[in-house]
Amino acid sequence: MSEASQAAQSPTEYIQHHLANLVHNVQPGGGFWTVHVDTVVTSMILGVLAFGLLYLISRKVTAGVPGKAQAFFELVYDFVDGQVKDIFSSGDRRFIVGLSFTVFVWVILMNAMDFLPIDYFAGFMENVLHIHSWKPVPTSDINTTLALSLTVIGLVIIYSVKAKGFGGYMHELFCTPFGSFPLLWPLNFLFQMIELISKPLSLALRLYGNMYAGEIIFLLIAMLGAAGIGGALVGGLLHAGWAIFHILIVALQAFIFMMLTAVYMAMAHEHH
Amino acid sequence: MNINMTLLLQAIGFGIFIFFTYKFVLPPLANAIEGRRRQIADGLAEAEKGKASLATAQTEVDKIVAEAKAKASEIVALAEKQRTATIDASKGEAKAAGEREKQMAADEIAQLSVKAKAELRDRVADLAVAGAERILKREINPQVHSDLLGQLKAEL
Repeated sequence: MSEASQAAQSPTEYIQHHLANLVHNVQPGGGFWTVHVDTVVTSMILGVLAFGLLYLISRKVTAGVPGKAQAFFELVYDFVDGQVKDIFSSGDRRFIVGLSFTVFVWVILMNAMDFLPIDYFAGFMENVLHIHSWKPVPTSDINTTLALSLTVIGLVIIYSVKAKGFGGYMHELFCTPFGSFPLLWPLNFLFQMIELISKPLSLALRLYGNMYAGEIIFLLIAMLGAAGIGGALVGGLLHAGWAIFHILIVALQAFIFMMLTAVYMAMAHEHH
Repeated sequence: MNINMTLLLQAIGFGIFIFFTYKFVLPPLANAIEGRRRQIADGLAEAEKGKASLATAQTEVDKIVAEAKAKASEIVALAEKQRTATIDASKGEAKAAGEREKQMAADEIAQLSVKAKAELRDRVADLAVAGAERILKREINPQVHSDLLGQLKAEL
């Protein structure tokens, strides 16, 4: 619901205000050398909390009867491990599981920040901490999703070279999908490059798009609150409905990101 | 959509999280799960073994029970035989004892009757001598007629 201080804003201003990052210029003038403080701080707090907690649990794991924390940890681990096993059945999958697990846990937590009621959160930041703009969902920042997907693709390239050797990887780049005839090399290479670029782009944009759109819809619903008591009631109902639906999106997007990470990593080990 | 230094920071953070998770968080859990899997497999194998040994023990038990039953019936038969033997033996013994007792009584009776007869003979002889004495009135000299008297005694 809108606050009194925002009543004077136009809807466009309201939305833009909510979607603005807290910006810190590392170098004067900004440009590339700016940092979205909210994105970095939120995601790092979530990551440190989640993986720190899991680390504490993992120090006390037992092969006997697991405690509740360990049982939950094992549930998530078994889920990720099972998915990876289905995709990549031959060879040592520990690193792929570790990578997929990290992606799944971190992304689902960052996505889950979308459940925080936007205006209450913004109000808390504005009125208590006096921070003017704070975007709570790190994955609705293209920088986060691109960072994730580019890291994944970097690891895919590293593991391709590791699994097939540099020559093998180059052979794959130039001789597939059309064949090893020298005249086809440029065409093969072009296709491979398109694939290599489209992978991280599609990964990053899918997650970013879903979370950004979700946030915008929350904002649009919240604007109903400006239409008086009736609008507030309808807005509340719609908000609840969209939040419930969003539970699916949050988990699904994290799952898709994890699965595609595992698939790309498994493909890196495949020989053509 | 402005791509900036945030990307680098997030990538660095992501890399650290991957490394930390892969190196420190997951291995103990994976080991524990693997250990439990092994424990369960061992337990199942152990149970299978236990079942097999139980079956062999059962056959062993059956054999022992059958043997014991046979032995018991054997013992019972033996005891039966021994009992009848003992009864027969004691019966015979008792009969023999009775027989002996009877014999002894008969002997005694015979002895007594002989003795009584002898006594009676003496008395009758005395009586006869006394009677004769009275009749003959000192006619008979005991020394002279002792032979005759002895003959009479023997005749009685």
